Amino acid sequence: MKTYIRIKLLLVTFFLSLSVLASGGELHLDEAHTDISNTASLQNGAKLFMNYCSGCHAISFMRYNRIAKDLSLSDSAVAENLMFAGEKVGELITTAMPEDAASKWFGGVPPDLSLVARSKGTDWIYSYLRGFYPDDSKVFGVNNKVLANASMPDALWSLKENQSGAEFDQSVRDITNFLDYVGEPAKLIRTGLGAWVLSFLVLLFVLSYFLKKEYWKDVKYGIWRSRD
Amino acid sequence: MNKKQNWIDQRFPLTKTWNEHLAKYYAPRNFNFWYFFGSLAILVLVLQLVTGIFLTMYFKPDAANAFTSVEYIMRDVEWGWLMRYLHSTGASAFFVIIYFHMYRGLLYGSYKAPRELIWLLGMALYIALMAEAFMGYVLPWGQMSYWGAQVIISLFGSVPVIGPDLLVWILGDYAVGDPALTRFFSLHVVALPLILVVLVFLHIVALHAVGSNNPDGVEIKKTKDKDGIPKDGIPFHPYYTVKDIMGVFVFLIIFCSVLFYAPALNGYFLEHANFVEANPLQTPDHIAPLWYLTPFYSVLRAIPPMFGSQFPGVLAMFVALLILAALPWLDRSPVKSIRYRSSPFKWALGVFVISFVVLGWLGMEPVTPRNVLLARICTFLYFAFFILMPWYTSIGKTKEVPERVTE
Repeated sequence: MKTYIRIKLLLVTFFLSLSVLASGGELHLDEAHTDISNTASLQNGAKLFMNYCSGCHAISFMRYNRIAKDLSLSDSAVAENLMFAGEKVGELITTAMPEDAASKWFGGVPPDLSLVARSKGTDWIYSYLRGFYPDDSKVFGVNNKVLANASMPDALWSLKENQSGAEFDQSVRDITNFLDYVGEPAKLIRTGLGAWVLSFLVLLFVLSYFLKKEYWKDVKYGIWRSRD
Repeated sequence: MNKKQNWIDQRFPLTKTWNEHLAKYYAPRNFNFWYFFGSLAILVLVLQLVTGIFLTMYFKPDAANAFTSVEYIMRDVEWGWLMRYLHSTGASAFFVIIYFHMYRGLLYGSYKAPRELIWLLGMALYIALMAEAFMGYVLPWGQMSYWGAQVIISLFGSVPVIGPDLLVWILGDYAVGDPALTRFFSLHVVALPLILVVLVFLHIVALHAVGSNNPDGVEIKKTKDKDGIPKDGIPFHPYYTVKDIMGVFVFLIIFCSVLFYAPALNGYFLEHANFVEANPLQTPDHIAPLWYLTPFYSVLRAIPPMFGSQFPGVLAMFVALLILAALPWLDRSPVKSIRYRSSPFKWALGVFVISFVVLGWLGMEPVTPRNVLLARICTFLYFAFFILMPWYTSIGKTKEVPERVTE
């Protein structure tokens, strides 16, 4: 038994030292603190995204009317506020910018942002959008702290100029929140559903525990008790 | 009811099968925590088959559409996201369960005579499961799917003489592409599930013929009462069915917590880079297979190229996997269970577990000089566990094994 305890101790020490080794060394990102259950933030994020981002970036796995449904907006409100080029509400959200023109202007086609929150994370988006700083050596006069030499202009500059620091942070947070939702629309319902599923499973576990206990009376004291 | 049963029994051994495998299959009365994982493995297998059927209805095995079709399942298919997360979380859960299940075998010497064939069938299952999981991971056609496949499949290209031809034969092309995707799809949804189901059947047939081992490593069939029932045995049904059902709910609570609150598990179950569509022109900074394959991937990376060939590493990786099958013949100890083993074995097992876990962790980390050194030490320890086993299992003092199971 003593050896057993020693081995356990060895294991614990080992994992502790591993976790120390594993930390550190990454690029610092500001925490986004987004809240996907905040519908007002998602609505504002959608509006800002459509105004400032969608000219170049598609979110082509997303449909306009899905946004309407999930963000408690009517189809007509979406059509009025979020659609600018006469699309239909059931359509995917693509961009009107021609690819060859985009390549000429930016040196490449701006990426589709449907899944950017899943591949990069919300902290990355939040830090990136707030990370632009003036750099005259660049074509667009700006560079980025998170993604050095990004070939993107500071699309939010007018917003940054007209808002206080805190307001601007909130605007970026709303866009980030919206992109988090766009990355996984099911996220809106899965946590709520999960609570129901888990409660139900806990109930079933309690029932199964007493069922087992009842049957195992046979094994402890009844017909199947230890026989000699 | 009885009349109907008679009618069936004259035509099909229903009552006989029910009794032999459940109602009159006598399992040791002293199963503990480690004995939940066999039935859980069956549960997850069924879960994977059922969710897989639904995913197959919507998935497009086509390099141009695969990635989009997965996102279509996640967004436009009713409850598609749930099917997909059940399947992806199920894949990792399957390996968690299988690793616990295999470790149980190590703890209690379940592979030792007369259960060698159960162990070998289990090893075949483990290898088939790895192939199944690997090919399944390629299907969503994200960056990690693509580049992971590129790395793993290129290993076959390092085989001397026939390597390059073998590679083209496997891929149906000179690189991973549409032909590889379609054949992986075919193997993933038809061939390997069939193999898995057949092997599970054989695994259980062999188990029920010999009888289950137990935490004491005592053969309960040695001590029978006048009716020929093992004195330490209890009918599997209802006693272990109700116990296993309880285990199922504990498992599902943990499983659903991951499923609903962290389905990607911070990149461990669904890698971040796999949310970017496969791009043959852009190699990701860091390519790592999913966690359940990483111990062997680490062994591969730990062995330096020799004579300008990666083949020694590839060989070491496959030997690391296959050597597990030799356990029943490497273990010379007179006792089965860890409870009565000598202390050299306990130490060896502890070191083995540490080296396996560290190899797994290193397989997800980038290659640095420190990591390479650590991987080499752990690879050495991993192989030492097996190669030295005939020696350290025959030295040291084992405790006396009781005649009957203890509780």
